[in-house]
Amino acid sequence: MIAWRNGDVASGLILAALGAFIVQQAWGWEYLTPDGPGAGFFPRWYGMAMVVLSLVLVVRGVRQRAPSTPKAHDGSTRRVLACWVALVACVLLVRPLGFPASFALLCWFVATMLFGKRQRIAIPFALVAAVAFWLVFDIGLDVALPRGLWGA
Amino acid sequence: MDVLAGLAQGFAVAAQPLNLWWCFLGVLIGTAVGVLPGLGPPATIAMLLPLTHSMAPSSAIIMLAGIYYGAKYGGSTTAILMNMPGESASVITCLDGYQMARKGRAGAALGLAAISSFVAGTLGVVGLMLLAPPLAKVSLAFSSPEYFALMAFGLSMVVLLAGASLVKALLSMLVGLWIAGMGTDLFSATSRFTFGRAELLGGIDFTIVAIGVFAIGEVLRSVEAPEAGQLQQVPRGIRNLLPTRQDMKDSRFAFANGAIVGFLIGVLPGAGSTIASLLSYGVEKAVSKRPEAFGTGIPEGVVAPEGANNSETGGALVPLLTLGIPGSATTAILLAALILWGLRPGPLFIEEQPAMFWGLVASMYIGNVMLLVLNLPLVPVFAQLLRIPAFALLPIILGVSLVGVIAVSPTAFAGLLVAGFGLAGWLMKQWDYPAAPLVLGLVLGDPMERALRQSLMMSQGDLSILVSRPVSATMLGLAAVVLSIPLARRLNAWRMRAIDS
Repeated sequence: MIAWRNGDVASGLILAALGAFIVQQAWGWEYLTPDGPGAGFFPRWYGMAMVVLSLVLVVRGVRQRAPSTPKAHDGSTRRVLACWVALVACVLLVRPLGFPASFALLCWFVATMLFGKRQRIAIPFALVAAVAFWLVFDIGLDVALPRGLWGA
Repeated sequence: MDVLAGLAQGFAVAAQPLNLWWCFLGVLIGTAVGVLPGLGPPATIAMLLPLTHSMAPSSAIIMLAGIYYGAKYGGSTTAILMNMPGESASVITCLDGYQMARKGRAGAALGLAAISSFVAGTLGVVGLMLLAPPLAKVSLAFSSPEYFALMAFGLSMVVLLAGASLVKALLSMLVGLWIAGMGTDLFSATSRFTFGRAELLGGIDFTIVAIGVFAIGEVLRSVEAPEAGQLQQVPRGIRNLLPTRQDMKDSRFAFANGAIVGFLIGVLPGAGSTIASLLSYGVEKAVSKRPEAFGTGIPEGVVAPEGANNSETGGALVPLLTLGIPGSATTAILLAALILWGLRPGPLFIEEQPAMFWGLVASMYIGNVMLLVLNLPLVPVFAQLLRIPAFALLPIILGVSLVGVIAVSPTAFAGLLVAGFGLAGWLMKQWDYPAAPLVLGLVLGDPMERALRQSLMMSQGDLSILVSRPVSATMLGLAAVVLSIPLARRLNAWRMRAIDS
């Protein structure tokens, strides 16, 4: 039985596609110019190497019956994705809400949703962390953190 | 005489109050990072790199190097008290360090780790000081073909950085080369892999990739499987941290072994501090009169690997500063830092930046003393870091990462890129792809392509220029030898099986 959840097969296919894309793009650029190698010279070679190596990985993965990497614990992938989505949301909210507010929301989310902390712990932690970051980086180290709604 | 004059100049730089402060801050952060499992020096240096833009480069490199070698000191604390390596190179220290702690000798183990780190770390700096200038002089004759061969040799080290799978390490490196190639090609003004985005015309900032893959990737891994361990009793009072006379007598060879093996392994790009500590532990066991006692909690088992992983730092800086070749993820990030500050690590570095080179060397002497002072009496304080709950630590790491990105590029696009690289870093861990080759490809890709194209311009397209010059031919030969190591191993295994059958 071929384990399609095997990481080698999945990652191999992704990288083979990436390699093919690199080669396809590089084909449109000059390979050699009168002065020497063109913009397509280097990418064409590493793109082809990527295709070959990733296909080796796919073939190996297909021939391997069990997944090469241990599966994650139940629900843990969901936690990772939740954390990642929260990070992306924080990035998108930095401009409109400002860094302190969006970072406080991120801290609160991680503490409550991912680690199950009560509001009486999560809210003060989020507020203190946001203020501390503002003081250390914006005031102390002069990094211009976006202020969003609170901006001058 | 040159060395002494250089060192005097270096101490004049390193002893400036501001540089002393940055050195102290670096070793302090380094120790804390070493103590905390998961957050390693590459992630920390990547996160803090953007904040160094407003600093003088000599101060910044003093601080970042302090984080690098300071983490090696801190890693032993977690290994000894929790049987969990705070830093990958401390994994061997767990074997005897934790056993000593279980026998009630945690203080002696921590003391021995700090003393051996100090002795070997200092000897590693002596090695760096003596070896780097002559090596740089030799490499002054390098031109584009030699540089290309040098980069190819550096990239071949990916074989040694490979974990379980060489194919995955090579793929990781190729992805690094691809990312390095993004942006406008300086030779032909062609836009490569920019996907029509103006933000990508200048390429992707190295810091964004490093923060994503190392820091965010590590946070996501920690969210997935928070590590837990039982903290052993932390000894209080300096007297309880001093090893006995017998401990010192038993470890006298281990001090020298750790320093020498660590430095030599450090000079070889790609080998790294984990291999250095493993090898010195093996050497110590091989020459010991009581090899059967290793793993039961003996002082030599702590002194040799701890010494080696600290001495390795000095060795690793030799190829970095004299040839511009990084041997690990951390040194690759340090190389990127030097390039970002507008410096050129390589054969001309010592000649062009004597104050910076010698200032760094001198700061490492000072930093090692600071670390010894910090690590002996303050071990109980650092051990408290292990009690910081994950729900607080992880968002703080995310926050520092975001601040780092904002400092480099305050756009949502940069933030999304770093989040994307974070997810990629987590997937790489899930699928067992080593991250160090990616960084190596990313850092060396651009200069390597440039050197190749300049070489072929010199020869009007004739590839033989790469093998007709003795230095480049030798380096390409060495790269071929390194790349053939896995093949040789496979052939040897096949031969042994044939003999057995």
